[in-house]
Amino acid sequence: MSVELLHRIQFALTVTFHFIFPPLSLGVGLILIIFGIKSVRTKDPKWRQLSTFWVKIYGLIFAMGIATGIVQEFEFGTNWSQYSRFVGNIFGSLLAAEGIFAFMLEGGFLGLMLFGGTRLGNRMWLFATTMVVAGATFSATWIVMANSWMQTPEGFEIRDVGQGPQAFMTSFQDVVFTPSFLPRILHVIAACWMVGSSLVLSVGAYYLLKKRHVELAKTMIRVALPVFTVMAILQVAVFGANQATEVAVNQPAKLGAMEGLYQTESCAPLYLFGWTNPDTETTTGVSIPCLLSFLTDKKFDGTVTGLEATPRDEWPNTNLVFQVYHLMIDLGMLFILIGALACGLWIWKRKIWNQRWLLWVLVSSVVLTEIATAAGWWTAEFSRQPWIVWQVLKTSDAYSPNVSFGQVVFSIAMFVVLYIIVFVVFLRLLDRRIKEGPPPPPDEEETASLPDSFGEIFRRRSRVSSGGD
Amino acid sequence: MWLQTTWFVLYVIIISGYVILDGFDLGVGMLSPFIARTDHDRRILLNSIGPVWDGNEVWLVLGGGALFAAFPLVYASLFSGFYLAMMLVLLVLIMRTVAIEFRSKRPEAWWRSLWDWTFTISSFGITILLGVALGNVIRGVALDQQGNMSVDLVDLLNPYSIALGLVAVSMLCLHGAIFLTQKAEGDLLQRIKDLIPKLLIAFFVLMTVLVTWTLLRDEQFTQNFKDRPWTVIFPVLALVSIVSAWLFVRRGAYLSAFLASATMIALLLGAVACGTYPVMLRSTTDSAFNLTVQNASAANETLTVMFIIALIGMPFVLLYTAGVYYFFRGKVELDDESY
Repeated sequence: MSVELLHRIQFALTVTFHFIFPPLSLGVGLILIIFGIKSVRTKDPKWRQLSTFWVKIYGLIFAMGIATGIVQEFEFGTNWSQYSRFVGNIFGSLLAAEGIFAFMLEGGFLGLMLFGGTRLGNRMWLFATTMVVAGATFSATWIVMANSWMQTPEGFEIRDVGQGPQAFMTSFQDVVFTPSFLPRILHVIAACWMVGSSLVLSVGAYYLLKKRHVELAKTMIRVALPVFTVMAILQVAVFGANQATEVAVNQPAKLGAMEGLYQTESCAPLYLFGWTNPDTETTTGVSIPCLLSFLTDKKFDGTVTGLEATPRDEWPNTNLVFQVYHLMIDLGMLFILIGALACGLWIWKRKIWNQRWLLWVLVSSVVLTEIATAAGWWTAEFSRQPWIVWQVLKTSDAYSPNVSFGQVVFSIAMFVVLYIIVFVVFLRLLDRRIKEGPPPPPDEEETASLPDSFGEIFRRRSRVSSGGD
Repeated sequence: MWLQTTWFVLYVIIISGYVILDGFDLGVGMLSPFIARTDHDRRILLNSIGPVWDGNEVWLVLGGGALFAAFPLVYASLFSGFYLAMMLVLLVLIMRTVAIEFRSKRPEAWWRSLWDWTFTISSFGITILLGVALGNVIRGVALDQQGNMSVDLVDLLNPYSIALGLVAVSMLCLHGAIFLTQKAEGDLLQRIKDLIPKLLIAFFVLMTVLVTWTLLRDEQFTQNFKDRPWTVIFPVLALVSIVSAWLFVRRGAYLSAFLASATMIALLLGAVACGTYPVMLRSTTDSAFNLTVQNASAANETLTVMFIIALIGMPFVLLYTAGVYYFFRGKVELDDESY
């Protein structure tokens, strides 16, 4: 096994584990904003009760997100030093912008959000929550910008100023708004909202199955199910299709690997599942004729460029890409089915609440959405190989030459052990929190006495001096 | 050139922000087993940093991002060269974060004690590792022409760097203890107040030893101050700050003492920066391989864009950081939402 492969395994491992958490917090954050708005509008204490419950889960998820997120920022330097030297001017500045615009916003307001239940009125609590979620969304935006630059690099030139070739920025605007950025960020944010809303669906369905907190559970599902279903449909019909067009134009070799398309052809099929063999250049499986052409070109006889247009040594691992990509789209179609069924039974005589099999499907939905998002990232990253920056820098020229095989083995072992322990504890705490269920509804008088405008917050005397009241 | 120097200064400011803000979090973590007697005490300590520790740690992330963007060659050489040490930093950072979050989630004594110790040990770990890393950066490392080096953990642990690690421990314990005077009450507060003079003396003695050692062993460091005499203002004002911190402590003006301690930390880091500038990473192989603010920086286009980003972002960061600290001022009270 080569050191390069070890570096890649470590990055894939740490980033995949990290990426379990940000989509959850982004999506649950959206649901918390909805609860907050309802709280402000209706004054019904159940919304604040739900917020209190979900904020605690949010806190647990968020802590996991930060703990595992800082790892990536270190790894660019520790494991990919040649890459860092090459792209520091561009990639580094996007990361720094993420720090200053996104993480600072999240980190600043997180305390107010997590501790707001006993300290802030409805409006101010909603404000703090919105700031944290905005921070998380900015964070996703900057990191997808950075990753999109690696997929479709623009706005730079390569110069050697005595330290080896480096990419220098010629236009910040072009670096930030590369052709793949917009389709990709929409796809990622929609995916995050699906993951978060599926956790809420999952918990709500679990309570209904156990006949506990029934009214609150129904409210959770009423809020989360429309979000989930609308996003599932948009994901396949709009955002996913958008991406197909974009990839076909900018990275044809990538699309070729995703669909196992070797020869350039018109009326190219879209596979539902199958197996592709790059040695014989054949793909077998179940496919819908001409659909790929339609997705990329908006007409059934549109021409799709196959892998043959790309030199053989620049192909990614075709079958690996094919499999993870199809895992994602098959799950995507399954989500539409689940969402449509659940919505249908909900509208049609309110039958959803006692369909046990469907509730079990909803309980499992969060695992499926997590797998789909991971598979989506794997598709994006595996299919970019052998390039780390598309057609600019090869992955084999990017890793740290001064880090030994043994050192990477050590760090991989460290992360595996650490992450298993931390994940098991996380799951147990999450499970316990869910089984404990929501707290009793808040006392309305107490809520009304909490500061609910900037003026009230800053007029409030510190708790030391108000102790005698 | 002025742009590169500006970024060097900004970088030192970000690092100072990190050490001042996360510094008291780390100090609280390290002191915890020595001042807390009951579970209630431990929760008071943990919740004193509860609403702010995450925002404080963001300064480290920002430091990493700013180094990557403004001085990519230093970032690449330093992080890959200190590979194993950096992995250990990640280990303790992760352990500390989950310890804070997990600790009070279960009532069992063994559970809480497990995460309390994890919190304390990881706080020591972060402080010592970052201190030792700074020690090695000041000493210089075996950079080759490509800017590569490979330093084993054992090589990192030289006496000078260990001394710097110990200074960091004493400095942040002191800083954390002074911070806690604003948050704790009763017996716990009394124990903290009794401890502060001892921590002050320990820090002062260790710091004096370290400064003497640095001036004796590091000719270039000393020479830089001789060449730029005005920079002596940094160590002198740091001395003034620590003395005034001591005077404030004696008068019981702990909030002022905290501000003095924070100022001192920034001035000490400023002094280190003056002692090494323009070199950021010194090569012990050949001074021609030094990474300096000129040869290791990003190009002017990037530095300009970044500068504009910092100008837009920083006022907001300072505004809401100040707002959040103001909101959570005063003594810690535990409730359902506390850690």
